[in-house]
Amino acid sequence: MKRRPSWLAVALGLIPFVAICFTVSLWDRVRPVVAGLPFNVFWLMLWMVLTPACLWGAYRFERRAAEERPEASEPPAADEIRRGPPEEPR
Amino acid sequence: MSASATALTIILVIIVLGSLIGFRAGAHREMDLEQWTVAGRGFGVMLVWLLLAGEVYTTFSFLGASGWAYSRGGPTLYILAYLTLGYVVAFFVLPPLWEVAREHGLQTQSDFFRQRYGSVPLAALVALVGVVFIVPYLELQVDGMGIIVEVASFGAIGRRGAMALGAALVAAFVFASGVRAVAWVGVLKDLLMLGAAVAIGVLVPLHWFGGIGPMFRALIHAHPTHLTMPGSTRNLGHGWYISTVLLTALGAYMWPHLFGTSFTARSADTLRRNLVVLPLYTITLPFLLFAGFAALLVVPGLANGDLSLLTLVRKTFPPWLLGTVGGAGALTAMAPSAILTLTASTLFAKNLYRPLFAPDMSDDRVAALARRAAVVIMGVAVALALTNSKTIVTLLLIGYAGIAQFFPGVVLGLFWRRAHKVGVFSGLAVGIAAAVVLLLTGRDPFMGMNAGFVALAINLAVTILVCLAISPDADAAPMPVTPRAAPVPGMPRATAGADPS
Repeated sequence: MKRRPSWLAVALGLIPFVAICFTVSLWDRVRPVVAGLPFNVFWLMLWMVLTPACLWGAYRFERRAAEERPEASEPPAADEIRRGPPEEPR
Repeated sequence: MSASATALTIILVIIVLGSLIGFRAGAHREMDLEQWTVAGRGFGVMLVWLLLAGEVYTTFSFLGASGWAYSRGGPTLYILAYLTLGYVVAFFVLPPLWEVAREHGLQTQSDFFRQRYGSVPLAALVALVGVVFIVPYLELQVDGMGIIVEVASFGAIGRRGAMALGAALVAAFVFASGVRAVAWVGVLKDLLMLGAAVAIGVLVPLHWFGGIGPMFRALIHAHPTHLTMPGSTRNLGHGWYISTVLLTALGAYMWPHLFGTSFTARSADTLRRNLVVLPLYTITLPFLLFAGFAALLVVPGLANGDLSLLTLVRKTFPPWLLGTVGGAGALTAMAPSAILTLTASTLFAKNLYRPLFAPDMSDDRVAALARRAAVVIMGVAVALALTNSKTIVTLLLIGYAGIAQFFPGVVLGLFWRRAHKVGVFSGLAVGIAAAVVLLLTGRDPFMGMNAGFVALAINLAVTILVCLAISPDADAAPMPVTPRAAPVPGMPRATAGADPS
């Protein structure tokens, strides 16, 4: 069984779901037009940029959770990683 | 040279160039099972990333998204949401999955189910569902290829002829190459597509309206309700949007070909960091939607919306540019087709036929069977493309209705100790049955919601209830604790590069 993600990371991951999925009836309209774009199109494009910010935060929390509980399956030691698949042969 | 000859010549040159890159990558290698399917697990991080990310730019987004923007309007916006959210889901699911795959030397999605639940019938069902629902995805690529040939020939080559020619080109590419060729062609494809998307989305509105802003102003004036949901449809409202976004976001990385791709990454951490930035890769998608919106004003009245982007390009730009865009589009149909055919045929031979009918079949014979299966699967997709006229987006949604049903089995398998084979098998079987019945009886959307999502909800409920009601068998103890366990019985010794044993 794998370590479940920390709840803070999951909370951050839920933000984009709330913003661009569940709240659709709040932002699915044409006006106000922003930067020449209908509001709904603008809103979805905005979250293409904001979602990586949320995920970056989630990544930080996940790292911390993994460091606090190193026994729970986390990336193997660095020397083991290096023995991973060989680079694309020339 | 006539306009159509110019356009078709350039398309052909780009296809040949792409194929040469592929052949060069695949040359001088024995094409055994490992090489043909996972390129001997020799991919560096960049290529894995391209395989994972390149999914954004297939015929689906190129012709399908613009086609729906043209014919349906507002509901198309689901495409801008689901890829972003699909990466969020993948961020939480793929890294732990990668760890399991590494610990047990897994190669395919079906392997995961076999390893986690210890059930041959369940693994075979997963392989069967994967193969069946890859077909509509393959069909839409063939469809797209036909549309490209049809429009670029200025109608000189009719729909059926174009489709057959397109399918022949795709098939030749698939059989001559393998996954290695696909990855390298992916580089060319993504570069051309990024350029084409921005060029079309910016230059077309500029040419006809003086910019994107004026284009939307004209559209709002001419079709006031087209840009919001339900757009130019009667029944694709907000309930449909939410259920479709959830279905496709949860299902995005359940596609067998993407599921397996993540196994080839270096480490779980690399995977996580890639997924953090991947949403940015979708930023050019809206431009393809803009093209569909512009086409509604410039070339109104097309019977098939999927033709809109190329028809618009043909009307706006000189033939050589139509050829370049068509060539880029051709690569976006060919590279994914190759991956899909390879995955489906390998699943059939290795995870469906061998475990059920010929447990002692050798790897070489599995590889040979996979090649024959590829011919059949490709043939079925072409036959379907020739006989039905569903839109590209509709075809992909049919695929999602099936593929997303893997989600409960995968996620509960990773994080919930109680999940067991009986529960997951019942949930998957009921979910697939519900999806098939709803789709075949034309009940999509069902009560305002995406039929595939309704099926997924039923699947999840059945899975959880059965897992709670029946206690797991002693012999199917979830996730053996022995690290780096022996390879799954009946499978070739996984030469997982990531497995240091």
